[in-house]
Amino acid sequence: MTVPPPVRPAADDVPGSWTAALRRRAIDELPPERLLPDRQPAYVSSWVYLFGVLTLAALVVVIASGSILALKGPEWWHHSSLGHFMNSVHLWSVELFFFFMVIHLWGQFFMASWRGNRGLTWVTGAVAFLASIGTAFTGYVIQSNFDSQWIATQAKDGMNAVGIGAFWNVLDFGQMLLWHVLLLPIAIGIIVALHLLMVRRHGVVAPIGVDADGNLIDSGTTTDAS
Amino acid sequence: MRSTVRDPAASPWRGPTRPYDLVKELVIAVVVVSLLVLALAAVFSSPDEPGVTIQRWARADPSDFITTATTELDGTSISASYGPPYNHDGPGQKIGPLALQKLAGVRIPIDPAHDFVIGPLQTVTGDRTLAGALTRYTRASAAQQQRWASNYDQAIQNAPAQDPTQVRAGDYGPVPTMTARLLQLAQSGALDSQLVNPGSGFYQTDYTRPLLFLSDSGYLANLAQAQHLSGEQWGMSNETGSYPGQAWLWLYTFWYQIRPFTHSGNADALIWGIMLVLSLALVLVPYIPGIRSIPKRVPLYRLIWRDYYRQTDNIEHN
Repeated sequence: MTVPPPVRPAADDVPGSWTAALRRRAIDELPPERLLPDRQPAYVSSWVYLFGVLTLAALVVVIASGSILALKGPEWWHHSSLGHFMNSVHLWSVELFFFFMVIHLWGQFFMASWRGNRGLTWVTGAVAFLASIGTAFTGYVIQSNFDSQWIATQAKDGMNAVGIGAFWNVLDFGQMLLWHVLLLPIAIGIIVALHLLMVRRHGVVAPIGVDADGNLIDSGTTTDAS
Repeated sequence: MRSTVRDPAASPWRGPTRPYDLVKELVIAVVVVSLLVLALAAVFSSPDEPGVTIQRWARADPSDFITTATTELDGTSISASYGPPYNHDGPGQKIGPLALQKLAGVRIPIDPAHDFVIGPLQTVTGDRTLAGALTRYTRASAAQQQRWASNYDQAIQNAPAQDPTQVRAGDYGPVPTMTARLLQLAQSGALDSQLVNPGSGFYQTDYTRPLLFLSDSGYLANLAQAQHLSGEQWGMSNETGSYPGQAWLWLYTFWYQIRPFTHSGNADALIWGIMLVLSLALVLVPYIPGIRSIPKRVPLYRLIWRDYYRQTDNIEHN
């Protein structure tokens, strides 16, 4: 894949325009053919690559089912069979989301996918994983049933022991509800978007011991997978 | 980095490519995952064990309720000796010399004796016996209050089956009257709303007080034990029934199963400290020498890219 040359200011760009500068920068970093390519390097042919897109697909179902539950409010699913089914859809989409994401994470680890200046791509992915754990946890403590009572009363001790509980009260249903349906999903959305843009920006990392022309090289001359 | 050679993975790929439809792949993945989720939801559903109310607890186990209320008065309940962020009655946990719990301060002030027992009883009207008991209790010195409550707490522990109705006569002051009336209040259902809404507000979403009171009881813990949810049963990574729960918390709950954490008064703080360090290590894997080299030493990558290596090797040898 060839790299497009940097985008130069157009003749009709307004001098000093921040908007035009941002547009040039965006196109320079992520030209359309790099953002949405219709070809990939020949090595992108393992089943491991599927788990990234499966994680994203599960996240779509998580958000869709969670949005429906949010539309009807936190009590709906306790007294409606449709609501209970939608809660089940939300639960199982979360379970699959984590299942796919963990395999994706291990796959990327054993491919040393941070090579070639891709360190921040790994960092955003790991942060997305941790933020997802927090989001799922807040979902468990706002179920308003026995599970949420027990999990919240158990979890408070860990939070309190390191001072977090003084500000982030897992026994406060209202606070946890807003974190679960608003703040954490926004955070995950931003982190995942950054992660995807970085993947597209740098492309899929080449196999270990292969140069940019696709030839096998002596792996001893390369970095220690950094 | 060991080498001064530029990382070849940093260069744009100039090797062979193949058609790859990202959008089609995502659409197919969404459809497949949606169908899988719908099937799982239809077959396995999801747990929804009703929450425990104060009323249910008081009716199901009145002895445990009265015992718990007494420990709130004598300051021996979990909440009454907790420390920050609820009160100053406990030192809080530490990581070595680092007392983060204490450092965060008392930001959710709770006085269990008043908030769980005396306050709710003071809202009852038309009960002269209770009014007299409350007056006698609140006018007594703190030492006298403590003596009455401790005596009654001890007497319950010594009673047959720890049944408060079989307690021998003693110097308990108004405490038995107060706890008995609190039991009545709880059994009527009134205490549930009073604990959530101790002030004059109409809308409330904060369940800190009733949950703390419930978690001081043996009743909630026994229910959790029966549902394989207690700390030594991998705790909150489980959920009721045979559902996978928060399986991703396995490492966090793992530490609670082993020494020294099973016997440490600072277990929560220590485990959180460990998990914070491990989480930071996960995020910073690309920058940690040794860890970032593991993939080259555990050649699973050869399995992942075996087709490419084989094809490239064949081309180079032909």
